[in-house]
Amino acid sequence: MARERQNPLFYMLLVMLVIMAVGPILLMLATSLKLNVDIMSDRSSLIFMPTLRNYEAALCNLLWYEPKSVDFCDPTFGRALVNSLIICLISTVLTLVIGCMAAYALVRFRFMGRDAVSLSTLLMRMIPPAVLLVPVFGIWTFQYGIAGTRYGIILIYVAMNLPFVIWILQSFIVQVPIQLEEAARMDGAGPFQVFFLVVLPLIKPGLAAAAIFTFRIGWNEFLLANALSDRATRTVPVTIVNSLTEYNIDWGVIMATGMLLAIPPILFTFFASRQIITGMTAGAVKG
Amino acid sequence: MNASTANRLTPYLFLAPAGVILLGALIYPIGYVIYASFLDWNPSQRIGEAAFVGLKNYKKLLGDGAFRESLWVTLKFAAVVVSAEMVLGVGLALLLDRKMRGMSILRTLFILPMMIAPIVVGLMWRYMYHPTIGIFNRTLVSLGFEPVPWLSDANWAFAAVVIADIWQWTPFIFILSLAALQSLPRSALEAARIDGATGWQTILYIKLPLMLPVLIVTMLLRLIDAFKVLEVILVMTNGGPGLATEILSLRINRTASEFRALGEAAAMSNILLMVLMSLTLAMFLYTKAMEARARAMRSQNDEEA
Repeated sequence: MARERQNPLFYMLLVMLVIMAVGPILLMLATSLKLNVDIMSDRSSLIFMPTLRNYEAALCNLLWYEPKSVDFCDPTFGRALVNSLIICLISTVLTLVIGCMAAYALVRFRFMGRDAVSLSTLLMRMIPPAVLLVPVFGIWTFQYGIAGTRYGIILIYVAMNLPFVIWILQSFIVQVPIQLEEAARMDGAGPFQVFFLVVLPLIKPGLAAAAIFTFRIGWNEFLLANALSDRATRTVPVTIVNSLTEYNIDWGVIMATGMLLAIPPILFTFFASRQIITGMTAGAVKG
Repeated sequence: MNASTANRLTPYLFLAPAGVILLGALIYPIGYVIYASFLDWNPSQRIGEAAFVGLKNYKKLLGDGAFRESLWVTLKFAAVVVSAEMVLGVGLALLLDRKMRGMSILRTLFILPMMIAPIVVGLMWRYMYHPTIGIFNRTLVSLGFEPVPWLSDANWAFAAVVIADIWQWTPFIFILSLAALQSLPRSALEAARIDGATGWQTILYIKLPLMLPVLIVTMLLRLIDAFKVLEVILVMTNGGPGLATEILSLRINRTASEFRALGEAAAMSNILLMVLMSLTLAMFLYTKAMEARARAMRSQNDEEA
C-alpha cells in the first residue's frame, strides 16, 4: 500500500491534538507527584522532584508499611477504594450473567423483536441519573430498606446497565450459528449446558466490551452513590467530591486520588480500545 | 418435570432475573417519580405521609425564576456544546481520514477523556482554571497579560464549562464520524475523483451527504448526553457563580438534598425527562425512517436488476 507523503503541517496538527487530548491528564499526573511547595511555587512547573508522598497519604491504611511522611492517617480514601472495587466487581459480574441469559432468551426464543430491545436501550440511555435520584432514594430508604448499604448501590448499577448489556450481547449472540447449538443438543446437552458450554465461550469479545462498559459506569458514577451511601460505604467519587468542599484544598493529595480513580479506565482503554470503539460506534452506526 | 416442559420453561427462566431487576429497580422508580411530582414531600417522610398537592409543584416551577434560568442554561449549554463539537469532530475526521501509521494509537489517546471519571475531568479542569496556580493564568501572567477570572465570573465560568465539555466529548463525534467516513462506498469517491472533483467538492457533495444519517444520529446521541452532564460542572463550579452554570441535573440534586423538596425535584426530573423523551423518540423514528427508505431503495434496485 503506497502511503501519500503528508504535509509537515499535518503532523504539527496531529502533535497538537495529542497534546491537547492527553495534556490535562499528564498535568494531573505531574501534580500528583509534587509536593505542595512545588505546586504553589512560581517556578516552572516542569522541573520538580517527583515524590510518592501524596499517594502514601491517600492510601495510608492499605499500605503494607507505615509511610514515614504521613503523620496522621486518614482512612477515608482507602476505605472508599475498597468499597468501589467491591461494588463495581460484583455489579459487573451480576449484570453480565443476568444480561447474558436474557439476551440469549431474547434471541433464541424470539420473545421480543430487536426493535423493542433497541428502543428500551435507547430510552434507558436517555434517562439521566439525576432523574433516578429522588425515586431511588425514596424506595431504597423506605421500601427496600437497603439505603446506605453496598447492596443498594449494586442493585441500581445492575439495573442501570442491564438494557445496554442485553442489547450489545444480543448483537453478538445473533452471530452464533444455531447449527452449533443444535449439534450440542443432539449430543444430549440441556439448555443450560448449551448456553454455558457452547454459547458463552463464543461471545467472549462481546462479554469483554459489556464488562468494561458496566465496570466503568459504576466506577465513575457519583450522584446515586452519593445519595445511597453512608459513611462506611462511600465510593471513591463521593469521597473526592466531599474533600473538595472543604475550605483548603490539598491539591497534591486530591490529584493523587483522582489519578488512582482514573487508572482503571485508562488501562481498559489501552488494552481494549477496539472493543470500546466497537461498543461506542455500534450504537450510532447500526442503530 | 419432563424434558418438553423444561424446554418450554427455559426462556422464562433465562429472562426472569433481568425482568425482576428491571421491573423493581428501574421501571418502578420511574413510575414513582411521576407520582412523587404531585406530592409535597420531604426526605424525612415516607411517601405515604406526603400530602397530595396536584399540579402545585409544576405551577411553582413555571413561576420560579431560578428554575427558568436553570432550564435556559441547560438548553444553552447543550446547544453550544453540541454544535461546537459537531463542527470540530467532523472537521477533524475529514482531516485525519487518511491511511497512516499510528491511527489506532491516536484513536486510543482520543478516547481517554471520555473514559475517565467525569469527577476527575472536573478536578483537572478546576485545577487548570485555578486563579493563581492554574496553568492558564500562569501562562497568561508570564506572557504579561491580566489573569482571567475563569470560574468566578459568570460569563467566563460558562465558557470554562463549555471548553471542558468540548475537550471531553469532541473525540466521541470524531470517532463516530471517522467510522462513518471509512465505511463510505469507495465507488462513489472514485467516481467523484474521475470526474475531476476537488477535495472541497468531494467533501461537500459526496462525503457529507453520505455521512448525514450517521451524523444526525451522532448529534442526537450527544445531545441526549449533554443534558445528562452533571459531575464535571458540580466539581468545577457547583452551578455558580450565582446560577450561571447551574444546569437542570444540578438543580435537581440541590433541590432534593439542600432544599429538601423531593416533590419539586421530582417535578423537575419529569420536565427534564420529557425533553429527553422527545429527543429520543425523534432519533428512533429517524433511524426507522432511514432503514425503511434504504429497504425500499434496495427492493427497487432488485426489481430493476
